[in-house]
Amino acid sequence: MDIAVLFSGGKDSTYACYMARKLGYNVKCLITLISKNPESFMFHTPAIELAKNQAELMDIPLILWETRGKKEHELKDLKNAIKKAVEKCSIEGIVTGAIESVYQASRIQKICNELNIECFNPLWQNDQIELLEELIKNKFEIILSGVFAYPLGKEFIGRKIDKQFIEDMKVLKQKYNINPGGEGGEMESMVIKCPLFKKRLSFKIIDVVGKGNSWRGIFQ
Amino acid sequence: MEGNISMILVINICKEKLHYLEFVKPIEDTIKKTGIKFNTKHYISINSKDLKNADKIIICGTSLKDNCFIEDIKRFEWIRNYDKPVLGICGGMQIIGSVFLAKIGKKTEIGLFKEKFIGDFLGINAGSEEEVYHLHNFFIELPKGFLKLTDSKIPQAIKHKEKLIYGTLFHPEVRQKKIIEEFLKI
Repeated sequence: MDIAVLFSGGKDSTYACYMARKLGYNVKCLITLISKNPESFMFHTPAIELAKNQAELMDIPLILWETRGKKEHELKDLKNAIKKAVEKCSIEGIVTGAIESVYQASRIQKICNELNIECFNPLWQNDQIELLEELIKNKFEIILSGVFAYPLGKEFIGRKIDKQFIEDMKVLKQKYNINPGGEGGEMESMVIKCPLFKKRLSFKIIDVVGKGNSWRGIFQ
Repeated sequence: MEGNISMILVINICKEKLHYLEFVKPIEDTIKKTGIKFNTKHYISINSKDLKNADKIIICGTSLKDNCFIEDIKRFEWIRNYDKPVLGICGGMQIIGSVFLAKIGKKTEIGLFKEKFIGDFLGINAGSEEEVYHLHNFFIELPKGFLKLTDSKIPQAIKHKEKLIYGTLFHPEVRQKKIIEEFLKI
C-alpha cells in the first residue's frame, strides 16, 4: 500500500516511518506541518525546519505545509496537506507517530475517515520506556530539541537519548509524573541518525531560547 | 490447557499488517502484564485445535475502513456453540452480533465519550459513568439473547444472558483496560 507519514523529524514519527517500511509499506511522501504558533496543540515545533534535510537523507519527497497553528484551524490545514498528498502521490493511508494522545489521534482519524483513506498508528499505546529502549536497540540517535515542563531545563537541549537518559526519565516519571516519551508535551526530540538515513544529519545548535522550564533549540 | 495454566487465544481481524500494532499489540501487552499465556492468530488461520486449546478468546478490533471480516462471518460460526468466555472488541463485537443474527447499522463515533453503565460489566459497576474511546463507523443492534449494559441508543457494551460472551463497541485497550483485566480473571 502507498502511504504518507505525518513527519515532524522527531523520534515517534520517524520510528513510525521505519515500522511502515519494515512491514513493506511504500512510503510515497512525508507531510510536515510548519506551525507559526510555537504553542501548537497538534504539531511539533522545535527544529521543524530540519525536516527537509531529514527527508532528503531518506530520499522521500516532502510536502511542507504552513499553518498559523490556531486551535482547530490547524486541522483544516492538516486536512488540506493530506488532500494534497492523496492527489499528488495517490496515497491510500496516513501513518502517524501517535502513542497516547487521544486528542491528536482522534482528530487525524476523523480527517482520514472523511478523506476515505486508512489511518495507521503503529506506536499506539506503546509503553514509553520500552519504546525508548527499542529506539536505541534499533540504532536511532536522537537528541532533545525542546523541553516544556518542570523540572526540565535548558541543559536538556541537545541531550542524547541513551541508556542514562532512560534511567533519568524513570526517576522523573516517578517524582514529577513526567511522561518519559514526552507525549504530554513535556519535550520534543529530533532524530539525527537512524537506519532510514543515508548518513548522519548535519546540524548546529546556534542558540537555546526560552525561560523557566520552557526551552527550545534554534537549529541550523 | 496444561494443568491450571490459562491460555488466551487473541484473534486478529485486521487486513493490514500495520494495524496489528494498533489494535492487537496493546491487548497482548495488557495480557503480558498479568503473566497469562496467549496465542495470537489471524481469523483466517484459526482451526478447531486453537479453539480447543484456548481457555478464553478475545476478538480484537480493527480500523474504521477495514470491514473485510463482515464478508467472512461464516468463519466465526463457532462462537454460537462455544462454551468458554469470549470478549469481542469493536469489530469483534460486530462479529459476535452478526453470528447471533443482529443487524449492523451505520454510526460514526470517534474519540472520547462518556457512557453510563446500567448493569455490572467486567469490573464496571452498574450506575457508573465511564470515559471510553470510540473508533467505529458501524454498530450492531442488540442480538437476541443478549443484555445491553449501557444507557445509550446503540449498544456499547453487551453480555449474553446465559453464556460468558461479552462485547464492547468502544476500545478498552485505550480507556478502561480494567475490562480486559477483569475478563482475564473470569
